[in-house]
Amino acid sequence: MELNYFLLVAAALFCIGIYGLVTSRNAIRVLMSIELMLNAVNLNLMAFSNFLDPDGIRGQVFSVFVITIAAAEAAVGLAIVLAIYRNRDTVDMEQFNLLKW
Amino acid sequence: MNLSEVVQLVSFGVLTLLMLGAALGVVLSPSVVYSAFLLGLTFSSMAGLYLLLNADFVAAAQILVYVGAVNVLILFGVMLVNKRQDYQRETGLLLRQLLTAVVCFGLFALLGTVTVITPWQLAEGVTQVDSSVIALAKHLFSDYLLPFEVASVLLLMAMIGAIVLARRDLLMEDPETGMPAETDLALPERPRETVVGE
Repeated sequence: MELNYFLLVAAALFCIGIYGLVTSRNAIRVLMSIELMLNAVNLNLMAFSNFLDPDGIRGQVFSVFVITIAAAEAAVGLAIVLAIYRNRDTVDMEQFNLLKW
Repeated sequence: MNLSEVVQLVSFGVLTLLMLGAALGVVLSPSVVYSAFLLGLTFSSMAGLYLLLNADFVAAAQILVYVGAVNVLILFGVMLVNKRQDYQRETGLLLRQLLTAVVCFGLFALLGTVTVITPWQLAEGVTQVDSSVIALAKHLFSDYLLPFEVASVLLLMAMIGAIVLARRDLLMEDPETGMPAETDLALPERPRETVVGE
């Protein structure tokens, strides 16, 4: 096992997340793509923690924090999606233009 | 991890294939419900990768928090806003997807190149750690105590914010007649100004 393998997998996952973030039209799928990107970052932190700092494992501490933030972000994001859905009666990202010029 | 090198490599390959395939399914699948379930599969295989990286506590937290909480939350969101609608045609959608794919491939190439050519200072000598829980707890309650507490405050703030954002104002009596509503399931909602789409 090598560090490079994990970093490449994390990079691929991050790029998939960016693609989904930009191209999805369903607001919930956008939230899922954000979760994918956060997971890619977590995998990076874990790989560095295991291969560069196996005694301190500070990367694992940071990934615990990232998991916490991701849970909070998912809750608030879904609440926002629900509020917009009640307001606009759609989940199409193209029609969420309240803050768009 | 006391697995042999071959076993580790094979499980790494299987988990990677599962994870990347499920992630592609999340992004590309036409049904958002399938996306949500494939997201669970992605999170689970990610936990397997964490186990390969000697991180047992974080793997368990990944299963508990992501598969148990975030994924269920997203499934509830899918159910609550389950609206079958055909999206309006937008001009230049295909061009946008193509451009995004090109940018993503470029970003992947950049990240991959950086990964390969950087001389990582790998730690020498294999230190066999039985469980990461003790080391993690020492970090969390000594040098990372302040971020830990701040994270708990942030969770509380996120919880209150989510409740405030998603709450519906229900009236106990009918606004016109003044009579109490008959069932709690049919409580009238306080009217709020809705923005009508153009």
